[in-house]
Amino acid sequence: MEFFHEPKIDWMGKKWYFIGLSLVIFAVGMVSIAVKRGLLYGIDFRGGTLVYVKFAQPPNLDAIRAQLKKENLGGATIQRSGPASESQVIIGLDLQSTASSDALDAGKRAITSALAGLSGAVPAGKVDFNNSSPQTLAEHLVVADPLHLASQGSEEAQRRYRELADAMVDFRNAPPRSGLLADLSELKSVAGVTPGVLEALGKDFYLSSYAIRDTQIVGPKVGSDLRRQALYVTLGGLAAMLVYIWFRFELIYGLAAVIPIFHDVLITLGIFSLLNKEISLTVIAALLTLVGYSMNDTIVVFDRIRENVHLNKRESFYDLVNRSINQTLSRTILTSGLTFLAVMSLYLFGGEVIHGFAFALVIGVIIGSYSSIAIASPILVFFYQRAGKNRAGARPRALERETAGARR
Amino acid sequence: MEKKIRNRVIIIAAALVTCILGIICYPRNDQETFGFPTNWQRLKENVRNRIRLGLDLKGGTHLVLQVQVNDAVNVTIDLAQERLRDELRARNIPATVEKKTEGGRTYLLITNVPQEKAGDLQTLAADQFPDWILSRRAGDPNAREMSLKTSAVANIRNQALEQSKSTIRNRIDQLGVTEPTIADYGRGDYELVVELPSVDDPTRVKDIIQSTAMLTLKIVRDGPFPTREAALAAHGGILPPDSELLPGRRESGSDTTTAEAWYVVDRIAAVTGRDLRDAQPRPDENGRPSVNFSLTRDGAARFARVTGANIGKQLAIILDNRVVSAPVIQGQISDNGRITGSFTPQQAADLALVLRSGALPASIKYEQEMTVGPSLGADSIRHGVIASIVGLVAVMGFMLVYYRGAGVNANVALILNLIILVAVLAYFGAVLTLPGIAGVILTVGMGVDSNVLIFERIREELRLGKTVGAAVAGGFDHAFLTIIDTHVTTVVSALILFTFGTGPIRGFAVTLTIGLIANLFTSVFVSRVIFDYVLSRREKGEALSV
Repeated sequence: MEFFHEPKIDWMGKKWYFIGLSLVIFAVGMVSIAVKRGLLYGIDFRGGTLVYVKFAQPPNLDAIRAQLKKENLGGATIQRSGPASESQVIIGLDLQSTASSDALDAGKRAITSALAGLSGAVPAGKVDFNNSSPQTLAEHLVVADPLHLASQGSEEAQRRYRELADAMVDFRNAPPRSGLLADLSELKSVAGVTPGVLEALGKDFYLSSYAIRDTQIVGPKVGSDLRRQALYVTLGGLAAMLVYIWFRFELIYGLAAVIPIFHDVLITLGIFSLLNKEISLTVIAALLTLVGYSMNDTIVVFDRIRENVHLNKRESFYDLVNRSINQTLSRTILTSGLTFLAVMSLYLFGGEVIHGFAFALVIGVIIGSYSSIAIASPILVFFYQRAGKNRAGARPRALERETAGARR
Repeated sequence: MEKKIRNRVIIIAAALVTCILGIICYPRNDQETFGFPTNWQRLKENVRNRIRLGLDLKGGTHLVLQVQVNDAVNVTIDLAQERLRDELRARNIPATVEKKTEGGRTYLLITNVPQEKAGDLQTLAADQFPDWILSRRAGDPNAREMSLKTSAVANIRNQALEQSKSTIRNRIDQLGVTEPTIADYGRGDYELVVELPSVDDPTRVKDIIQSTAMLTLKIVRDGPFPTREAALAAHGGILPPDSELLPGRRESGSDTTTAEAWYVVDRIAAVTGRDLRDAQPRPDENGRPSVNFSLTRDGAARFARVTGANIGKQLAIILDNRVVSAPVIQGQISDNGRITGSFTPQQAADLALVLRSGALPASIKYEQEMTVGPSLGADSIRHGVIASIVGLVAVMGFMLVYYRGAGVNANVALILNLIILVAVLAYFGAVLTLPGIAGVILTVGMGVDSNVLIFERIREELRLGKTVGAAVAGGFDHAFLTIIDTHVTTVVSALILFTFGTGPIRGFAVTLTIGLIANLFTSVFVSRVIFDYVLSRREKGEALSV
């Protein structure tokens, strides 16, 4: 099977279309960023509190809002997350809402008590099974000792109850329950759970109608530090690659490879802004990966250009670049297609937590491959021609244009 | 089979066996023994033990905290101030010492130094305060400034950080958290990152980590007074020398009403938390929760002397500069005592724990708290596994359709690539995170890139009319340097990510780096061997399936 049989496309002749297209997408993205007053940062950069809650029944957002108001959290954002069938909600607080308190987790405590208020009165002295860790469960079981293991020594009893607690928590967390039990008797199907165990659990635990699945609290210092650091790291990464390509090729190759990376990163950021997607720490990681990936793609084309320059000294650089792109076109399309397949499966099946990350990779793979042909190569030709004027043996720019024109 | 090919096949087989052993039975730590899994259950258990999961997959709490190291510097300055006063008095230098803070710099201001004593002060500073610099104060010939040397400040800060780290580790270990991590956050700002797997309600742990637990026992001179003003008024507005005024609670017999009370106590502590040998929660004779402590030999001797000399007076038990109780000394006490107060059993147990683990030299501020519930972790694992399998099947399916025979070759190399990746993770105990799983998927996508480069090149060489053998050799030779270049750029960006990111992102950087390095071996070496083997068995003139 073969997609491209010796293609003969005049890429360089179409460079203005590509550059124009890039400029348009770039401009749209920048306008979007400007209109929205900067990028939409994720909690890790912005600071604040995020609590990710799963409910047993489809949640009533108004009721949640009312409860939050009672806790003086009127400014909280409430958003559904994932498909409606999952009954998941993300409650967010910005830094200001919790600024009055010294404690970092004041917002989280308030949200937790609002949620507890939502499901009515909490049975006195009981612990919520749905939000308990295996450790808590095991501690209660050791005290209640429903399996009468105390006689076998406390260490053995602790170990056995911990195993049992782990099994029960694994059961609770597995789908379709995904962290929420409706009734303690559901635990019957867990190996080792006897009626005595259930009875002991019933004395100490109750079941709430929600489970807190994820909490993120970021103080103001971490956020601002991280933003600065992310910028330095991305620029540092680019500098390192520039030096490497300079060392392996020539300076103009390095520059022609690095400039398109700015194009890739800025366009990706623009797309994130257009689609109202948050820039989180993992998205920055994806951007940095995309820097490496785009570079990788560009190198394959440049490698071939260099090889052809050595093999064929008489061909115009313009034609040579075209030929090199065509020779590697099949590979470029194939590998970006395959990487695209891989990251697409990550985007589709990887789950809510790394959606932003996977999305940045998907966009990055497309743009990274496009830019190595459409942006990096024209820049290389431009630099080459500029440098060529002062270099003995190189053809004047006018002549190259002529030969190119004649071929068309 | 040619001998050359056979040797290379042996290398590959050896690598494969090593990797599989690493995944299924190589012991990850000293407690485990080398155990070949004999049944399915054991196999599952072994694999689970060998792949360390990150907090985002297993659930748990990630904390970033900053040690307020300047607290420790301040304490040092306070102590120096006291010591300097004592020394001045001992040498008959009638000067006064004040602590001053100006523009972020804290120093000791010594005023009213008589001209003839200036030399003595100089000698005193040089002899007794080697970490300090004594300088003249502009505009006042009778004043001197004494400030800590920069190197000494740095030293105190680093020590405070190290001591905090070990104290926190101590406390977490005593709480029985499994496999905690306490490490520098790596930004040079006296920050620590604490990871607590399986802790999904961090409130209690956080409180325990945070409590400074500065315990001091001091003799009460006067009190209790209902207010600060009353205490001062009783002494004519000025506290007696070497004493200080501390807040606390009044206890009146069995009645536990908690009225505010102020005590005038000795400035010098009879015993401090450093003199503790052990502390345990025990109910007192009334069955109320309290903490029993015992002292080291040194501390006990001092305690016996002080209590013996002060029978009938009150002894203030001071925790973090608050008097928690002030019992009357009934007789000489030597090596143990009890702290009572209005504690719940949990509070008593936690207090005993923090006393056992020692005081924090500086207070702690939390900057970040991330808690992943175990059910989300389990979901993430499932999603990650599904995404990996779908990605892998899609890529392998495509390679088969597009390259047929060579596609099989690429797929074998890809599987081996993944096995090596997992084995390296297992051998080095690297942590697998959700972005780490993404790194695995990305390795799949980028790993076949090398094969595609080689295969496309082979096709080109065949098109140029080369023989099959020459085309294969040419394809590998030409593609090799390109593969090195592309891998280097990606690995460089991954390494930069590693230095920058926190746990989950580091996991991504690690898997991607290992995956791509392993890919060099599988796509260049293994794939070549498979080609050579196929070529050696091929009839002359038969076409190559690529």
